[in-house]
Amino acid sequence: MIALLTRDMRLAVRAGGGFGLGLAFFLIVVVLVPFGVGPQGALLSKIAPGILWLGALLACLLSLDRIFALDWEDGSLDLLATAPLPMEGIVSVKALAHWLTTSLPLVLAAPVLGVLLNLPAPGFGWLLVSLALGTPALSVIGTFGAALTVGLKRGGLLLSLLVLPLYVPTLIFGAEVARRGAEGYDVTTPLALLAGITCGTIALLPFASAAVLKINLR
Amino acid sequence: MIPDLGKYAVPVLASYGVSLLLIAGLVWASLRRSARIKRALEETESRRKSNG
Amino acid sequence: MNLNALWEYANPKKFIATTDRVLPFVAWMAALLLVTGLVWGFFFTPDDYKQGATVKIIYLHVPAALMAINAWLMMLVTSLVWIVRRHHVSALAARAAAPVGMVMTLIALATGALWGQPMWGTWWAWDPRLTSFLVLFLFYLGYIALWEAIENDDTAADLTSILCLVGSVFALLSRYAVNFWNQGLHQGASLSLDKKENVADVFWYPLVVTIAGFVLLFVALVLMRTRTEIRARRMRALLARERMQA
Repeated sequence: MIALLTRDMRLAVRAGGGFGLGLAFFLIVVVLVPFGVGPQGALLSKIAPGILWLGALLACLLSLDRIFALDWEDGSLDLLATAPLPMEGIVSVKALAHWLTTSLPLVLAAPVLGVLLNLPAPGFGWLLVSLALGTPALSVIGTFGAALTVGLKRGGLLLSLLVLPLYVPTLIFGAEVARRGAEGYDVTTPLALLAGITCGTIALLPFASAAVLKINLR
Repeated sequence: MIPDLGKYAVPVLASYGVSLLLIAGLVWASLRRSARIKRALEETESRRKSNG
Repeated sequence: MNLNALWEYANPKKFIATTDRVLPFVAWMAALLLVTGLVWGFFFTPDDYKQGATVKIIYLHVPAALMAINAWLMMLVTSLVWIVRRHHVSALAARAAAPVGMVMTLIALATGALWGQPMWGTWWAWDPRLTSFLVLFLFYLGYIALWEAIENDDTAADLTSILCLVGSVFALLSRYAVNFWNQGLHQGASLSLDKKENVADVFWYPLVVTIAGFVLLFVALVLMRTRTEIRARRMRALLARERMQA
């Protein structure tokens, strides 16, 4: 499984793997927001946690079809299915690779972009924590969506339609942590719920993703 | 005929209008699709009988 | 009654034969109950002292909201039956029910927003219950889109049933998340007229009639649409065979 992980990560970072695209998209979205809502510092300050969460979530979303697409096209997915690894392990590794190569850079970039949006000082730490805790869920849920739409031509929009409603709980609690943290309120409840959702999805969703992949590989 | 709805006429009438429109639309679309597929199936099956 | 006999109706031919006899009755009963309930509620009930004439929206909003949820629950059950027992009628019934559930959700959303307008002053408010229905609408959209996107019937049935299962868990999670998200605002403004304790008798009786009407409307539509799906599936199979023989 480690071999699969390093292979996927190396593929992602290679030229053509789209490594920096998620980061670039995140940056562009954050830059566009003040053009959309006006440059008033106070307003930006208030919406910064939510915008940063949304930007990271959307950047994550756009890279999801890459999880299985390349392996599907050249047949490596069929080979992986016959390997002695359980399918649940394979999808978990794929999700982990996605998190490490796509989501983690977004998490680290978020505080930097927070400066652009006047994020209040106490918000930086909580933004980092909430994204670090929530993005694994986004990767795991995204892997489920990618498995559902693997092999569909132009499945990207359908993938977004399927995955975005599933992202709602994580987004609500994650953004709530970032927002409360920025305003200095207590974050325990949303933090605990966010952690709960992430742990639950990591533990259970791979079974659904594996079942879906096996169906699509029939 | 219509009871005096007072200042709430617009929300109430709009609610009834939208809902009945949506229900009628759904029923009509379902009936139309049902008839279309039933006809297409009958055509396919009669073609099969005359060929098979 | 022998419950095992229910599985006989899983046979597509038997399903169509049985519904041939049952469907007209259900459809007429649905129409009768709907007209009775709505006419009774609209013309022959008083205004609520707090909500004025907007209370009349209850006869559409509550049944639609109930059916929006129940439609998804029915899809969940039939998806499970497909996964476990592979009865095609079950999978097709889930597919048939989805657009009906989606329209019910739309009605619940529209009537909910219109009902809230006099109270909140805006045409839409992110009230927790309304927001939950908006999320449910998105779930319906995704489910229907997945059915449409996949060519192979069995693969589509398998994938959509898993989506329904996973979606149900997340829909439940979303309900609690949305409540948490909006707990500070609009505390008392949620529509609370759907509990028996809150509804006076004079409103309750026509409401029961319209709820019954909506239930039968749902049943009639799903039965009709399932028959259509069964025929469509048979036609696709015949066409595929034709193409292979050509």
